[in-house]
Amino acid sequence: MKLYNGGKIIAGMVAFLIAVTFPFWYGRGKTVSPPDLKLDTPTIEQLKEKRCVEPAAYMRASHMKLLVAWREGAVREGIRSYTATDGRAFQVSLTGTCLGCHSNKDKFCNRCHDYTGSKPACWSCHIIPEEVR
Amino acid sequence: MAPTRREFLKIAGVSAAGLLLPPLAVHAAAQTGKPATEVGPAQRRAFTAKRWAMAAVGGQCPAGCRDCIDACHSTHNVPAIGNPKDDVHWIGLERIERVFPAEAHPRLPESLKRLPVPVLCNHCENPPCVRVCPTKATFKRADGIVMMDYHRCIGCRFCMAACPYGARSMNYRDPRPFIRKPNPEFPTRTKGVVEKCNFCEERLARGVLPACVLACKEKALVFGDLEDPRSDIRTLLGKGLSIRRRPELGTGPQIYYLL
Repeated sequence: MKLYNGGKIIAGMVAFLIAVTFPFWYGRGKTVSPPDLKLDTPTIEQLKEKRCVEPAAYMRASHMKLLVAWREGAVREGIRSYTATDGRAFQVSLTGTCLGCHSNKDKFCNRCHDYTGSKPACWSCHIIPEEVR
Repeated sequence: MAPTRREFLKIAGVSAAGLLLPPLAVHAAAQTGKPATEVGPAQRRAFTAKRWAMAAVGGQCPAGCRDCIDACHSTHNVPAIGNPKDDVHWIGLERIERVFPAEAHPRLPESLKRLPVPVLCNHCENPPCVRVCPTKATFKRADGIVMMDYHRCIGCRFCMAACPYGARSMNYRDPRPFIRKPNPEFPTRTKGVVEKCNFCEERLARGVLPACVLACKEKALVFGDLEDPRSDIRTLLGKGLSIRRRPELGTGPQIYYLL
């Protein structure tokens, strides 16, 4: 069996393999430092007990689930108060409650989202109070 | 078995006491709705109702007054795009011939022809926009408010075609550059989303009356619970003839006009 245009085909396959595997060997051995989240906003500094709505581990892993539950509850059911597992009550509000403490969106929300390449659409509608003032 | 004289007197006594109780409870409540749910720490109580509605009294608007429009649009970050094609509005003032085309005729007094009539979402009893929405982004709450979940709107504009009142606007452009002073308490919308009046449900949840109602110095807009016979709106509607926009369509609009 004869391979027509063998040189071109093999060169093409090699080029294709290099292009496809580029991210793997280019990034090999490089370490990207994990995102450095800043929790030093004035509001957080003033808190006696530095505690988010729910425990930090839960918030880190599942804040998106909590936010979706808040969103569906507030818009569709009119539930505007959230009682945390430890009994504290919070107003259901992204800009009010979340950004009330985490007023440094660039150094908090964005750092992890950029690191993981997630692009939540929250801020195309919800206003970042800092940017308005 | 017929009640004995003694039982009859007991029942009559309890009934008489029961009759006295509801007026007391209502008097203690706010004028336009009963506060019912706590909305969080250090918050005012939410206004709740069985059926929210609004009445507009004509002939009160001073010439050129736009207080209701400005209050609503600045509260809800409604963009002022400035051309009719892309216009976004939640509330507006229109001439009577455009609001009540069937009732208007050439022999109406000049004062009535030039009368500005407030127009906004009618929060219909049977809202056609809700029926056509393919994603259930528009829905009707138990208290009658026809609301939008902007998270779900895909911008198909079926609701705009269905609404006989032109209450809905499409964001054909990114609205953000056209909002002069954004209000951080309320989100903006994005390009490709339909928006409309929400009867200030976010303010009612905080126990504050709608922005247009509070902004009107002439008190031409009256808001309240239609199911509460003691509410301001029921008192007003009880005084005389009020009309609604195109009720023959069967939408059951809940904005009442006294012109």
